[in-house]
Amino acid sequence: MASAIEELKFRDPAKARALTEALAREVDALGRSPVSVMHVCGSHEQAIARFGLRASFPRSLDVIMGPGCPVCVTDTPEVDEAVALAAQGARVCTYGDMLRLPGTSKSLADAQADGGKVEVVYSVSQAAELARRRPAEQVVFFASGFETTAVATAALVLAGVPDNLSVLSSHKYVPAAMDVVSGMKETNIEGFIAAGHAATITGWGIFEPFARQTGTPVVVAGFEPLDVLAAIVELVRLIRLGRPEVVNCYPRCVSKEGNRPAQEKLWKVFQAVDGNWRGIARVPRGNLDLKPEWERVNARHRFAIDTAAVGGAERNLLADRCICGSIMSGLAKPDQCALFGKECRPETPVGACMVSSEGACKIWHVYGGHPNLQEVA
Amino acid sequence: MADEKVALKHGAGGRAMRALIEDVFLKLASPVDGIGLSALDDGAALRVGDRWLVVTTDSHVVHPIFFPGGDIGRLAISGTVNDLAMMGATEPLALTCAVILEEGFPRRDLERLRDSMLATCREANAPIVTGDTKVMGKGEIDGVVLNTTGVALADRVVSDAGLRPGDRIIVTGSVGDHGMAVMMRRHQLGLEGDLRSDVAPLNGLVREVLRAGGEDVVAMKDPTRGGLASVLHEMAGKANVGILLQEPAVPVNPEVRAACEVLGIDPLVVANEGKAVIGVRPGAADRVMAALRSHPQGRRAALVGTALGERPGQVILDTGLGRRMLAEPDGEPLPRIC
Amino acid sequence: MCLGVPGKVLTISDDGLSAMVDFFGVTRELRLDIVDEPVAPGDYVLNHVGFAIRRIPPDEVQETLALFDQILSEAGSGDLMAEDVRGEIASGKERSRG
Repeated sequence: MASAIEELKFRDPAKARALTEALAREVDALGRSPVSVMHVCGSHEQAIARFGLRASFPRSLDVIMGPGCPVCVTDTPEVDEAVALAAQGARVCTYGDMLRLPGTSKSLADAQADGGKVEVVYSVSQAAELARRRPAEQVVFFASGFETTAVATAALVLAGVPDNLSVLSSHKYVPAAMDVVSGMKETNIEGFIAAGHAATITGWGIFEPFARQTGTPVVVAGFEPLDVLAAIVELVRLIRLGRPEVVNCYPRCVSKEGNRPAQEKLWKVFQAVDGNWRGIARVPRGNLDLKPEWERVNARHRFAIDTAAVGGAERNLLADRCICGSIMSGLAKPDQCALFGKECRPETPVGACMVSSEGACKIWHVYGGHPNLQEVA
Repeated sequence: MADEKVALKHGAGGRAMRALIEDVFLKLASPVDGIGLSALDDGAALRVGDRWLVVTTDSHVVHPIFFPGGDIGRLAISGTVNDLAMMGATEPLALTCAVILEEGFPRRDLERLRDSMLATCREANAPIVTGDTKVMGKGEIDGVVLNTTGVALADRVVSDAGLRPGDRIIVTGSVGDHGMAVMMRRHQLGLEGDLRSDVAPLNGLVREVLRAGGEDVVAMKDPTRGGLASVLHEMAGKANVGILLQEPAVPVNPEVRAACEVLGIDPLVVANEGKAVIGVRPGAADRVMAALRSHPQGRRAALVGTALGERPGQVILDTGLGRRMLAEPDGEPLPRIC
Repeated sequence: MCLGVPGKVLTISDDGLSAMVDFFGVTRELRLDIVDEPVAPGDYVLNHVGFAIRRIPPDEVQETLALFDQILSEAGSGDLMAEDVRGEIASGKERSRG
């Protein structure tokens, strides 16, 4: 089967060894330590952690996860809106990961336990089908996810949704967060790895102004382990040569212009507005809201959402010791959190990073707690 | 801190279940001449004269009761025969079968299950000698629950705690088959694929293993709930050794790998019902592998790991491209898998 | 959720809006609203939350492997100017040794 062979080719251990040796040569030639680069995609962290890639990296190279988990960066007021809508009687549809994200006092899972109608869907089109099957109900799609996922929501809105469906948009735009993080002096990120599937939609050209203005090179990487390794080698090389350029290391999916029809659909339906991301606060142009002409499918317009009615639980003392905000900004690692793996586990999450399959803490927990296994011979 | 109420996780075969057993049920243990409750092994082994009486019991609540590759009947027989075999008892003396049925359960389905159990008993050469039948009202139980107890005599008992640094670890075939087959049948995931459970009695295969390896077979366990990862953690913990697992060496069927890849599930934590994990002294590895490979159920047997002196109780995964720790699963992710 | 797994198109629906796609042996229905090019049975597509987002060109394996090889050969080496300089230095050393 061709695709099975392809899969093996992009996970070939011999090629991986060659690439990690090349990476060591590049880091050596760079001659300073540490060198920090950042990726902004949960799926990249999954690839790195799952395959134990950091164990093969040179010690002076730090590949850091930034704000790349769309569920994790969804702010508490947004969750409160969804919870409030469930309390107000709407059937709220959400991607599975969002179910247990804590709001001010409740998650959608809590709302469900309280008798609210909450459904997990794996595609926005499922929410539309559900709405068609239940014409007497108000169905709300809690639209989380970055720009790649927003395109799917946009496509559905443009294709036409049943009258009883509305969209509560919590979509976010990652390039805006890269701007914020690169402005943070504490992290000293020298290069970025852009998310390959978002770039499939947006194209890699959008990173050129960013690379020029910040002086940091950007590589676009795919998600197989060899994709990630090759892109990191290239990134360190660009850093060493002082070339703040964009290099596309995922040509099978990403072009300079990207997927134009998808972009048109995205910007027909959504606009980028300033927003608050959980953990890293203000992100100018970081949120994707429905444009005014789509008022009629906008849940925020259709309903008077009363978030004040949601809540009143006692303060969670553990939350005070949670360092998800620092982790999402790339300032700390999951195993530096005192709660990691103890009070904070996937079944008893304290912070957002442990809730989502794309959160750094969840990923590290799933892949053994110490994906940076460098000391095993 | 104990949970006030029993939750689904307490039946998942993982950490929570173990905690429940240790906190609540271990008090039932009393000293026996042999391996008793406190060992928390696949079964018990009691000294009778110069032999061992091996006893095991299992309840089966798998849903759906008919799944690709098998059904709850085949599962009930295989599960108990295999627990006996994992302790080294490959010639079951007798099985019991207690049935609890829901009012309204179709007679035809019951007979289908009986036929399946009969066929499996014949495969394993294990007679059912006694049983029990109960019926509960509609809605008071879901369909059918089967409990099987097995007894066998053995000259030597193989525990799951015998690993020493340097020992090799073998898996008798592909992993993840049963759990993925049941999950595909159970959920509306929008996926279609030809996945079949591997449910089967293994006593014939284990007989060949013991014949080839003898006293050099030092640990055996079947990877049911929590999969290969759970078994390795248990073996490492009980023997106080580390284990290095070579991921590329673990056999996984293409359909299982595909379904796992698409759904984001690790085949190493998914249940099997027709495979065994065997620890052997290094000198015996080749002849045990030869014995496995020449048996129809062991064609895809593979050497997958080594016990280490370092990192006792932990499992290190070599992915072929790097290394990481392999987490101890919190039990089976899917309820009612067996 | 971000699982962008590539699969092979088996059939296209009559209205052209969706396709049955095979992911290494398991089949799923994907919508075609946002894929960048028309797809036909036999094509490979990238899936994201139930939508095909990219038709992957057939020669992509070769193209990607070639890229990996290029990155490998360039690693540790400089850009053309630096290589010229190194060449100069090397030949200078040889001359002085001669």
